[in-house]
Formats: sequence, C-alpha cells, structure tokens
Amino acid sequence: MKFLVHRYNPDTDAAPYMQPFELHDVRPGMMLRDALLELKASQDESLSFRHSCGEGVCGSDGLNVNGRNVLACITPVAELREPVTVRPLPKMPVIRDLVVDLSQFYHHYRSVKPYLIAYDPEPEVERLQSPEQRAELDGLYECILCACCSTACPSFWWNPQQFRGPAALLQAWRFIVDSRDQATAQRLDELEGPYRLFRCHTIMSCTDVCPKGLNPTRAIGRIKQLMLTHQV
Amino acid sequence: MTLPPARKFDTLVIGAGGGGLRAALQLAQADASVAVVSKVFPIRSHTVAAQGGINAALANVLPDNWHWHMYDTIKGSDYLGDQDAIEYMCRAASNIVIELEHAGVPFSRLPDGRIYQRRFGGQSQNFGGEQAARACAAADRTGHAILHTLYQQNIRARTHFFDEYFAVDLIRDEQGYILGVLALEIETGEPLLIEAKTTLIATGGAGQLFRTNTNARINTGDGMAMALRAGIPLQDMEFFQFHPTGIAGKGMLISEGVRGEGGFLVNKDGERFMERYAPHAKDLASRDVVSRAIYTEVAEGRGCGAQGDHVFLKLDHLGEETVAARLPAIRELARTFLHIDPAHTPIPVYPTAHYTMGGIPTDRHGRVVVPAGQGEEAIPGLYAVGECACVSVHGANRLGGNSLLDIVVFGRAAGNDIIEYLRENRFHRPLNVASVEQALGRLARWERQGEGETVDGLRRELQQIMEQHCGVFRSQAVLEQGLDKVVQVQQRLANAVLRDHSRVFNTARIEALELENLVELALATVTSALGRTESRGAHSRVDHPQRDDERWLRHTLFFREGRTLDYKPVRMKPMTVESFAPKERTY
Repeated sequence: MKFLVHRYNPDTDAAPYMQPFELHDVRPGMMLRDALLELKASQDESLSFRHSCGEGVCGSDGLNVNGRNVLACITPVAELREPVTVRPLPKMPVIRDLVVDLSQFYHHYRSVKPYLIAYDPEPEVERLQSPEQRAELDGLYECILCACCSTACPSFWWNPQQFRGPAALLQAWRFIVDSRDQATAQRLDELEGPYRLFRCHTIMSCTDVCPKGLNPTRAIGRIKQLMLTHQV
Repeated sequence: MTLPPARKFDTLVIGAGGGGLRAALQLAQADASVAVVSKVFPIRSHTVAAQGGINAALANVLPDNWHWHMYDTIKGSDYLGDQDAIEYMCRAASNIVIELEHAGVPFSRLPDGRIYQRRFGGQSQNFGGEQAARACAAADRTGHAILHTLYQQNIRARTHFFDEYFAVDLIRDEQGYILGVLALEIETGEPLLIEAKTTLIATGGAGQLFRTNTNARINTGDGMAMALRAGIPLQDMEFFQFHPTGIAGKGMLISEGVRGEGGFLVNKDGERFMERYAPHAKDLASRDVVSRAIYTEVAEGRGCGAQGDHVFLKLDHLGEETVAARLPAIRELARTFLHIDPAHTPIPVYPTAHYTMGGIPTDRHGRVVVPAGQGEEAIPGLYAVGECACVSVHGANRLGGNSLLDIVVFGRAAGNDIIEYLRENRFHRPLNVASVEQALGRLARWERQGEGETVDGLRRELQQIMEQHCGVFRSQAVLEQGLDKVVQVQQRLANAVLRDHSRVFNTARIEALELENLVELALATVTSALGRTESRGAHSRVDHPQRDDERWLRHTLFFREGRTLDYKPVRMKPMTVESFAPKERTY
C-alpha cells in the first residue's frame, strides 16, 4: 500500500516535503495508526506523530488524510484511496512532521470557561438532574478535543485569533445547557461581538468530520438563538 | 558541566491523569504554586479510557453502605489489601463522588434525578449477600467525564501545566529528600529542571509490559521506574490484572459494565460457563476469577471461533435501547474494530493485560514509605497516588470501579498531606548537582551513534516474553525462563541505538526512555512472581495452586539493586472497625 507522508524537521529541513512510503504487510482490520507505527518501526524511526490510546478516546492522533480530518487510530486503511496522503491538521503551525502546535486551539477552549459555574450553596448530596436534563449533555460532553473540527473550519482558518471555533463553542453550549450551571448570562456575554461566535457561517465542516459523531454546528446554532432571545 | 534551566514551584505533580489532577486541584485551591508535568496534554492521559464507573455506596439503586464496600474490596484483594487504607477509601467514596458531581461530572441519572449506579463485579450487599449496584456511571465514559471535569476545574484554579514534558528522573539530595525532577521538553528536546518542595508521582500503570493490553501507548510505568532508580522498592508487582473482556486478539477494553447491565459470557457450546466457576455471582465474580475461567475454557477446547481462541460476550438480549443508552461507547468500539453491532451480535473476548496492582509503596496519605528498622518511614517530600502507587487498596486483585475511586480519594488525601508538609518545610533545599548529572546521563546515553538493535524491536520482544512467561497462569520453570529472557533484553537494550538524534519532537527518543522503564518493571514483575510460591488473586501459580496465608499473607518489596526481594506485613487492622479475617474466597 502506498503512502505519501508530510515530513518536516525544523533542525534539518529548509521546507516541508511529502515522502513516499510503501507498506507491504497490510493486515486485515489495520488502522492508519497501525500503518504509521509500522512505517516508523520498519522504515524510518524519525517519522513523528502523536498517538496514544489507539481506540479513539484520547484524541491525540487527529490527522488530515486524503484531504479529510480523521483520527488515525479508528480509520481503517482498507477504506483509503492510494496513495494515502497523510498531512498534519490543516492551518496549524507544524512543529515537526505530523505534529502541530495546538496552543491556539487550547486557548480558545480555556476562554469559554469550560467548567461548571454554580453560585448556590452546594447541597450535601448530588444536585438533582432529571434524565431529560442530562440527555441535553449527550452529544456535547463526549468531545475529546482532537481538533479535527476546528482545523476543518474555514472560519477558524480565516480568524484563528478571534473565532472560538467549533470545539470551544461546543463546550460553551455544554455548560450553558447544563441544568446545574448558573452562568448563562456571563457565558453569552463572553461570546458577544461579530467574531467569537458569529463567525460561524454554518458551513458544517465540523459536524462532517467529527470522529465522535458530534454536531458542533447545531450547538452553535442553539447558542446563537439563545443569544438573540437573551438580548431582547 | 552546565546545568539545565530551572523552574521552582512549591509542589510538583508528575502525571495529569485523575490522580495527579485531583491532587493538583486540592493544592491549587489551597494557594500553593503547583506545576503539573505530563508527557501528553492532560486530557489524553489514560484515565480518559476508563469506562464503567466509580464505586461509592450511595445506595441510589440498591441498599448499600461503605462497610459492605470495604468487605468486598478486602475479599476482592484476596486479603492482601491493607485494611486501614481500604476503610479510608470506602468511607471517603460517597463524599468524593458527590464532590465530583458538584464539580460538573455529567453522571447518568435515575428517574428521580440522582446519580445512576450499575452492578459491577465483586459487589455485594450485607458482606457477601445479594449483588449490589455501586458503580456510579457516566454512561460508559466515566473516566472521560471525570478526567475532563478535573482538568476543567484545574483551568479554573489556574494550575500551571507543563504539557508534553517527559519526566526523566527524580532529583534527590544526600539526606534523602526529593528535590524535584529532571524533565525533557518534548517539543524542543531540551532538558528542564523543575525544583519543588514536594513531588507527587501520579504516572499510572505499566500495561505496555504485555503484548495484548487494554492500555494506551503512554502506559509505560515511568514513575515506578523512576522510583526504582531512586532506590525505592516496588510493592506487590507480581499482581497484574488481566481484564476478562478485552477484544480478542486486539485488546481494546470492553467494560465490566456490559456484564453489569446483564451481559454474560458463553463458550462454543453456547453454555453460560461462569455458572460453573462462580455459582452465586456468575459473570460478576471478581476479575481474576473470570479471567481464569475464560483461559480454562479456551485451554480445554471450549473456545469460540475458527481457532477456538476466545469466548463470546453476549448482550443482544439487553435490547437496543439499553445498549444505546448505557453502553454507547462499547457499541462504537465494536462497530469500529469488529464491524459488528453488539446489540445484535456477541463480542469475541479474551483476558487482556489491564492494571498494575503493585507499585510505589505508600501510606494512606500518599506518602512514599520505605523499610526502616522494624517499621517504615516516609521519604521526605515524596508522594505517589493512583495506579503507579501501592497503598495498598487493591491487594492481589482490584475490583472494577475501584481504580477511579482510588485516584480521586488518594489524590485528594495526598494533596491535603502536601499542604501540611509545606507548612513545616517552607524553603527549597539546595540543589544536588550530582543527582542532576546522573539524570542527564540517562539522556546522554541515547546520543550514542553507530550500529545496534532498534528500540522498537526490543519492545516487541519484551512484550512477547511477558505475555508468554508472566500471564494469567504461571509456574516456576516458565517464570525462570522469562526472567532470563528479560535480563537478556536488558543487556541488549544497553547496546541499542537511535537512528534519529534530532531535537525537536523526537518521539523515538521518548520511546527509548520508556522502554528502559518497562524493562525495569518487567524485572520487578517477574522476580516478584518467582518469589511468591502460592496462588492469590491475580497471581496464579500452577505449581502452587493454593493460597497460603501462613507464609504469604504479606507484601512483596522488590529492590532494583541486586534484584532482591523483601517482605512486609499486610495491615490487617482497619482504622475504626473490626478487621476482616481471611477466609476461603468464593463467588
């Protein structure tokens, strides 16, 4: 199986380049992460990429493969067109090979205050939350911060400083909609203005690529809606 | 020589899983300056993969109390757990889960709005009676929910994170105080000294010792190996948990929650074989019991599939709705890796290396303790919690749902003790240059050029050896061969070389340092297993099939120097209640 892999080592390379690899031993059920590990082990130890859990829950190995953002560990190579073109997540500064600098992505995440804020005194038992209220969090809390969505979003490419991006906004909604959270007004205020939230133009790339099947576009839409009623 | 640049904090936490983050939160909220060093971005730590639940006797679903939980944990540990620490953990459980809920963990809910709890293995009401439902769950993503929440609360508390820094070795002085750690910034490849008045090791387990495991690639036991190199023994390393239900041949974890929700195991004849091995608890017997049963079914020719090398975990009778609501991530895993929908098709499973019961010996305040005179003494400024530590609350076999509990309970306890320690020890001690140089030597060694074996080849070999020689069932002869082979791997590793000597984000270098750690732990594990000539919990010796309380109701201590073993008594006396005397363990 043929691969074309993005290589760049700032120590030695003047510019990035695409390196061809060929993998002969493609096993049934092989995931892209397995293939990259095999290439690293058998052909070029210097190939660098992040990965860890191997089952799509740690969010380390978001990559752009044949033009689409995926998690390498849950992407079967059998489904990929050859040569399999493996690039780092788009538009992020490249540290090396397939490793990108996600500082800005994390900054936006921190900026939406991704933690529960409650002002009422804490009861000595759990706060009650009905199964229906809890169900509002489904499709939100499962985010693994792999950055596949935000780095697939043209609005995020164009305004990386100002637009929070789909991953951060998904978390903003996760706390707004949590029946236990009491900082909705504050959270909405934080997202005021033309950029932080409203740069989303409902292109839906985020939802299209999310490896966990989450829907940031819908979450963003619901924040926008709430924002409008909130302002009235 | 020139020393690397240094940063100073009151307190240092190595590892950003649930244990490290819970401790860091306690410390940051007490206004200590806290640095958390992690080789991966915090929410990529392996706590994120925990599925089924966290035990606490909330009694939301079935009657329960902490004392029953304590009994189950001691019985589950095959009486090797320390009863004071277990009492402490089980008493603290309800509060700590409520605290997590208050912090924002999205627990699943019962119709009345309280936290959902599910049945898990080894849980009973009334000291061995009916099944209990003690595992508080956020669907089957409980670890993810807890880890993300703890990270979020640390963002709020403004904890200082060193993300993607690899801890190389502890720095100590002549008096035995721990002064911090030498770390390697992965992005730049530059060393950094982090000095602190206290250091907490929370680096997780060493599942990567075995070829087929449920663990992430990062689980290489770095903290345990650092402790060994600092002259600290490791406790009870022969006890390694094989989870009964890893996806056969691949290793991904299929939560015990599947059986908790009513799933069960069948052999090739469709027989629900656990009824033979554990007539009362059946599929919800302790993990060691279920793993041995599966191993035996397969070994005796009753395995499923063309090779007869696994059994089936059936959950198709639960109905699509339950599977979707309670086990969504399991369904996703089975679809991704097996192309089946477990709501309709059973999952092929086999015992898979999962959890390191042993580790750095600590007391119930998280203080690292070593033998001294007739008793023990704490190493000043050094703490350990979670899977890398051995308190010991899990003894010879951990119960499902107790690992998430362990990390948050003892993370908090260690945080509190560190705050006390900082009150008494207000100043940084002078740096010990010799110790820094020694740590730098670990890095320098991999600068060597030339021909030699590869790190990856040796890692695969080590994992194969451990699987073949130190698995579910063990014997003197097989362990001895295993030890010889691991020693050979260690010798060959000394001559291995890297092809890639670049600085920036050199993952090959990190993997070399990780393999050195794994080899240390393989030696500890096999040596400890050879020493213990009885069967207890997860340690099953075919040549010594009985538990022998007379000789072996004691903890193993493995020392790196000369690979020697020592032993210490199990703490049978709880904090306040009567102790539970060892009795025959049946489920």
